[in-house]
Amino acid sequence: MKEKIISIIKAHGTDTARLMDILLRVQAEFGYVSTEAVSIMATMLHISEVDVVQTLSFYHFFTTDAVGKYAVYMNNSLVSCMMGMKEVVDEFEKQAGIKFGSKTPDGLIGLYYTACIGMNDQEPAALINGIVFTELNREKVRNIVADMKAGKSVNDMVAVIGDGINANPLMKSMVKNNIRKSGPVILADYTLGIGIAKALTTDSKSVIKEVKDSNLRGRGGAGFPTGMKWDFCSRETGVHYVLCNADEGEPGTFKDRVLLTERAYMVFEGMTIGGYAIGAAEGILYLRNEYTYMKAYLENVLNDMRTKNFLGNNILGKGFNFDIRIQMGAGAYVCGEESALIESSEGKRGEPRNRPPFPVQKGYKGKPTIVNNVETFCSVVRISEKGASWYNAIGTSESAGTKLLSISGDCKLPGVYEIAWGMSINEMLEMVGAENVQTVQVAGPSGICLPPKQFDRKIALEDLPTGGSMIVIGQHRDLLKDVVLNFMEFFADESCGSCVTCRSFNMILRNAIEKIVDGHGIKKDVENMLAWSEILRKTTRCGLGQTSSNPISTTIKNFRELYDARVKDVDYQSDFDMQKSVLASCEAVGRSSVVHE
Amino acid sequence: MSKPIIATTSLAGCFGCHMAILDIDARILQLIDLVEFNKSPIDDIKTFTKECDIGIIEGGCCNSENIHVLKEFRKHCKILISLGECAIMGGLPALRNGIPVKECLEEAYLNGPTVGRNTERILPNDEELPMILDKVYPCHEIVKIDYYLPGCPPKADLIWAAVVALVTGDELNIPYELVKFD
Amino acid sequence: MSETIKFTIDGKECQGTKGQLLVDAAADNGVYIPVLCHMRDLIPAGSCRICTVKVNGRNMAACTTPAEEGMAVENNTPEFLDIRKAIVEMLFVEGNHFCPACEKSGNCDLQALGYKYQMMVPRFPYAFERREIDATTPKIFLERNRCIFCKRCVRVIKDEEGRNIFAFKGRGNTLEINIDRKLAATMTDEIAQKAMDICPVGCILKKEIGFVNPIGQRKYDTMPIGSDIENNHQ
Repeated sequence: MKEKIISIIKAHGTDTARLMDILLRVQAEFGYVSTEAVSIMATMLHISEVDVVQTLSFYHFFTTDAVGKYAVYMNNSLVSCMMGMKEVVDEFEKQAGIKFGSKTPDGLIGLYYTACIGMNDQEPAALINGIVFTELNREKVRNIVADMKAGKSVNDMVAVIGDGINANPLMKSMVKNNIRKSGPVILADYTLGIGIAKALTTDSKSVIKEVKDSNLRGRGGAGFPTGMKWDFCSRETGVHYVLCNADEGEPGTFKDRVLLTERAYMVFEGMTIGGYAIGAAEGILYLRNEYTYMKAYLENVLNDMRTKNFLGNNILGKGFNFDIRIQMGAGAYVCGEESALIESSEGKRGEPRNRPPFPVQKGYKGKPTIVNNVETFCSVVRISEKGASWYNAIGTSESAGTKLLSISGDCKLPGVYEIAWGMSINEMLEMVGAENVQTVQVAGPSGICLPPKQFDRKIALEDLPTGGSMIVIGQHRDLLKDVVLNFMEFFADESCGSCVTCRSFNMILRNAIEKIVDGHGIKKDVENMLAWSEILRKTTRCGLGQTSSNPISTTIKNFRELYDARVKDVDYQSDFDMQKSVLASCEAVGRSSVVHE
Repeated sequence: MSKPIIATTSLAGCFGCHMAILDIDARILQLIDLVEFNKSPIDDIKTFTKECDIGIIEGGCCNSENIHVLKEFRKHCKILISLGECAIMGGLPALRNGIPVKECLEEAYLNGPTVGRNTERILPNDEELPMILDKVYPCHEIVKIDYYLPGCPPKADLIWAAVVALVTGDELNIPYELVKFD
Repeated sequence: MSETIKFTIDGKECQGTKGQLLVDAAADNGVYIPVLCHMRDLIPAGSCRICTVKVNGRNMAACTTPAEEGMAVENNTPEFLDIRKAIVEMLFVEGNHFCPACEKSGNCDLQALGYKYQMMVPRFPYAFERREIDATTPKIFLERNRCIFCKRCVRVIKDEEGRNIFAFKGRGNTLEINIDRKLAATMTDEIAQKAMDICPVGCILKKEIGFVNPIGQRKYDTMPIGSDIENNHQ
């Protein structure tokens, strides 16, 4: 073991900034990161053991114990639950003979939950040793567990292969693209090299001007003007970096998965244009761990682009040098926040940074850095090819271009749709075949829970901004129990914890909604939840905490009647249960626990 | 007008808060002029014989009897005051919270360094004993509490000021020195 | 070259140096902005959020925001007094803060803020989570029940070669402060004392000595936290 670990560390230049990759390799090699491994890393990297542990313990997919020869990570986010996760879980537990959160005594099978894995259009889905298994049901689970017991390799358990590039020998995944609607910008026919070639014929200032003139705004959800970001960054001196945020973690979004599958060349081309614009020689694609199944394919795309001189030295003979490496994540929603993503890329805990300074001033390794979404880079390629005014003519006056939507939930046609900004929710629901809709969760858990009377509102940055997650929720769902509680559990798990209000309030709010769901709530609890959500929003450091109370605050605002129906209009109510609270002690001492009040 | 009636009790507490009530020293004579005591260790009245105006609770709830007594107080008192850290947040007895109650009992009666004489290794299980709760509960998680006076114990001056303000209806302005958690 | 700037806090005219952190600039002008994680001359953590103020209408942490010319800062408004009290209450329910049994009682910044805001009872339910105490290192008790994750020890306490002795472990509600047992074994008495002194609560305690100051003579027995700042500039 020791020799192998040493060689892994050396292969990463004995560089602390590559701690994430070192841990990932060790985890992949041995199935966990042992105390001995921690000790070796600390010694060789000349950092303390607690420094190794602080990164190791931050990420969901690093473990300090063996997780099982076959480790099942079941998605327990909302849409997976809606599509029948409970049955799948039940069957896994029955077949493996263990509960979720544990592994079989022989170490063969481990069952664990994980947050949204970007497969909302084909749920219930799970990762097994990093391989994606979609549309699970009892029968499939029985076959999978039988295969595990027979010692079959996980790759061989994938029976049906998905469409498009999913079928590429380097991917060989059962994932389906589910592209339902193509638009002119992203999903229209694409030929490698037109955008970059055009960019390289002008100077970097002109490239930035073109992007500025296009009015392109960030596609991750925040909607910051891309050209302005590039302009700020390009004004800084010294080494620059380009980071592509492919940490698509907002539950319900999966459009970047499709882009990285079907438009990988376009993503990398966009990064290269970005590099040229700001004067960077190095780019990093930060890829979420859940998409590890794409890594070999993406590496191959990079190699192909190097061969064709779209990457590397003297690109297309224009004297511009640029290359890209892939940084894998390890399971942390908060790393989708740009400064947390930078920290993570430097091998650290994914804790968002304080601002100022902003990443465009001091980003990766303290150098000026642009961080843009996958879809943003794809848009840049088309803007370079077709020009700002062509692009600007699409969409609305304040939201130029098209947007990819990841639509899932209670609808007939879940999948990826490229629409021009400005479509109404009603039009969207008709497009996806949704009926009897109770609400649409716009922009994921951190977005808003929209009531039917607002379905005439427009999907646009000036009205309903979104990074693309759209979850349709039918009339038959229990909004507070199925949706709000699920979302609050997600945020409580995913808060990085370093800023106190986010760490603690998300837990407090989670418990508060549970109290109401359990029928112990009173009217004042609802008022309290609103007030506490407000404190969280005002005091927290990053976007996670600023939006994590939205499931509660937007449902109280838009679906107040659901709360009123569940809470009592009394001054005080205790949720203390005497019978329950004496059970453990009576059992321990061996006496009757019957309470005589 | 008849004098306001006060009841007091110590639940899972150490009686230190009651000692602090006595720390008002000579003012106790004034207090007797101001109020009448009903159920309280101070006058040793064991059960409520009258409806009371103010109930003062020391200690949190660690067993079924505490719950019973506290609910009785809520029933018979117009105003309830949590007096001291234990009533407010469980206090030192709540150091066991978070640890499974079985583990606590075994440490106390079987495995601790001072249990040498428990040769039969018995965990107290007489049906007459109050049943132990899974954790120590602050009083306001069981019944509605109207006022809180922190401290371990609360300062006698704080208790005095609060009781006088309640009885006379005057506004209570608490100086910095009087609110302490130790 | 440091450039002098003017700004206001709750209407009071203040002067500072451009780029100076707002919380420090305020203190230099006799205005106390409460804070638990910040220490002068240390890279700000921005973690406790108690110093949140409104700058030109936007909520900002005063410990991470540089002072700028013309800033209009709202500090002691009813809104922020309530928010700060709420955060203090939240810290009290999140950890297990048994003040009567804590050696730092009377000298604890968290407790002192509880006093300042006259916290009689937290508005939130107590979590009562189990947290482990680490007493294995020669010089220090790590009493995790009291940790508020201010990162002061993480930022300040290093071994001779600059390696971290303290670091976070886990995330979200499983977050805990971790101590490197190997490196902690090399701590001198001075470093151990420093670690205890910078800890705003009673999480890091130096072994073998305690309860030096009797009740009545402790830091916050009679002087509210921040009064040194406010009194120095009258």
